[in-house]
Amino acid sequence: MSINKPISAIKPPFDAHQHAQQMAACLDLMIDPDWDESVASNLRLLEAAAQLVLSFPLGDDVESALVFKP
Amino acid sequence: MSSANADAPTTAGAMTQAVRSGDLSAIELLEAALSKISASNDKLACFTDLTTERARAQAVVIDQARASGAKLGPLAGVPYGVKNLFDLAGVSTRAGSKINRDNPPATSDAFAVGRLEHAGAMCIGALNMGEYAYDFTGENAHDGHCRNPHNPKHMAGGSSSGPAAAVAAGMVPFSLGTDTNGSIRVPSSYCGLFGFKPTFGRLSRAGVFPFCASLDHIGPLATSTADLALVYDALLGWDANDPVQSDRSPEPVGQQLEQGAGGLRIAVAEGYFRSRGSATAYAAVDKVARALDVSRTAELPQAERARAAAFLITAAESAGLHLDRLKTRAEDFDPMMRDRLLAGAMIPAPWVTQAQRFRQWYQAQVAKVFKDVDIILAPATPTVALEIGQQSVMLDGQSVPARQGIGIYTQPISFAGLPVVTVPVWQQDGTGLPIGVQIIAAPWHEAQALRIAYQLENQGVCESRIAANSY
Repeated sequence: MSINKPISAIKPPFDAHQHAQQMAACLDLMIDPDWDESVASNLRLLEAAAQLVLSFPLGDDVESALVFKP
Repeated sequence: MSSANADAPTTAGAMTQAVRSGDLSAIELLEAALSKISASNDKLACFTDLTTERARAQAVVIDQARASGAKLGPLAGVPYGVKNLFDLAGVSTRAGSKINRDNPPATSDAFAVGRLEHAGAMCIGALNMGEYAYDFTGENAHDGHCRNPHNPKHMAGGSSSGPAAAVAAGMVPFSLGTDTNGSIRVPSSYCGLFGFKPTFGRLSRAGVFPFCASLDHIGPLATSTADLALVYDALLGWDANDPVQSDRSPEPVGQQLEQGAGGLRIAVAEGYFRSRGSATAYAAVDKVARALDVSRTAELPQAERARAAAFLITAAESAGLHLDRLKTRAEDFDPMMRDRLLAGAMIPAPWVTQAQRFRQWYQAQVAKVFKDVDIILAPATPTVALEIGQQSVMLDGQSVPARQGIGIYTQPISFAGLPVVTVPVWQQDGTGLPIGVQIIAAPWHEAQALRIAYQLENQGVCESRIAANSY
């Protein structure tokens, strides 16, 4: 693989099933095999939304909308 | 009219006026509401809990106060209901779930319920909703699907389904709901009501079971703009128990309604808000725009990304809220809800932090738009109410999951925390169902949105109809 390729060209596809398995173990969540496809389907929707948000350039000065008032 | 007495008052304003004048007592209004609930609740699945004795005790106090010449509150003798995520003392706050009904009864009322009781309104119970408010359909696996009173084969819309259906069926003149991504505006559109989501941070949410704290709002649904204003003014008040509530002084709106559209710069939302909708949705906006003599347009930049960001924040925050329940009682969730929450728990942190940063950027862009206009008109829903059980909806020729598609026009607006009144429009499109138009104002300018709604109502362009009792 050429090192000159843009990162987007070598990005592996999002594997929702694998992600769900890893995160379930991390979070101590149980995913019944019957739920697996539905959870993965929801993850794919979220990933698509994330790509839309992440692809928008934001300056370093843009802070989170979260505000904590002590 | 479903009422046996065609002359009986149907609005909160008319009801409290009847109590003041002595034409009707609070107890008579309460018993009439209970009678309507008894007649149609089994078919429509609106109320899940009744607080009859509490309401009767309050009615007696109000009638005694009236008889003694004491001053009555602005909503004296008016029955109403709340979405069942509002705490009512003595009732377990089920929040549409099976799990939470195992909780002990609430020991006190939500702040909003306390405000309305102080104003003399009588809470007669809690209303059905989508589980944990994560819903646009009004379907509920535990309490039954809430049905649209105008056609019970169709959804009431969610997640404030019961609050909308109960008002549209004439059981109560107004109700309280919550709106995170559209949960007041969607059911108001589906059921043909005036629905009001104030500015984010305007009204206290204390004592309301949360969904997504970054986006949660409360607000009223009613059959008239005047009732929205009456209820909203009664709800105003600062509460230390809601950390995001603004410390702005209350700004009541009731005295401003008659100013109408005078002097306001109004535009129709274009771009994102003119795609993926049905002809009926666009026609409703155009009808409102014509009535207001609107010719200009405005575009909210990156509205689709705003919706995506709202989707991510909602999924992550709600999953975090329910994480322990997902570990211990996953089987007790509605399966569709459970799987959405499980997926939300697995979101990488940068997806959420970037969404929150985008929100800040988006807020600044929206503020620029409102330098040139005061009011923006947009559809509330892409179509009229879908049929119960419908899993997908066609938007611009593409099949989209219904639960995602219904809120496409509401999410980018609440994401910016803007105040919105949804107004109902009826058209000759063969469905016999209404559809809503969002009247959107700049932050903290609730009165401007209500003034427009009030004018449209007086012009006869928008109206609520209490459903004929044919189900």
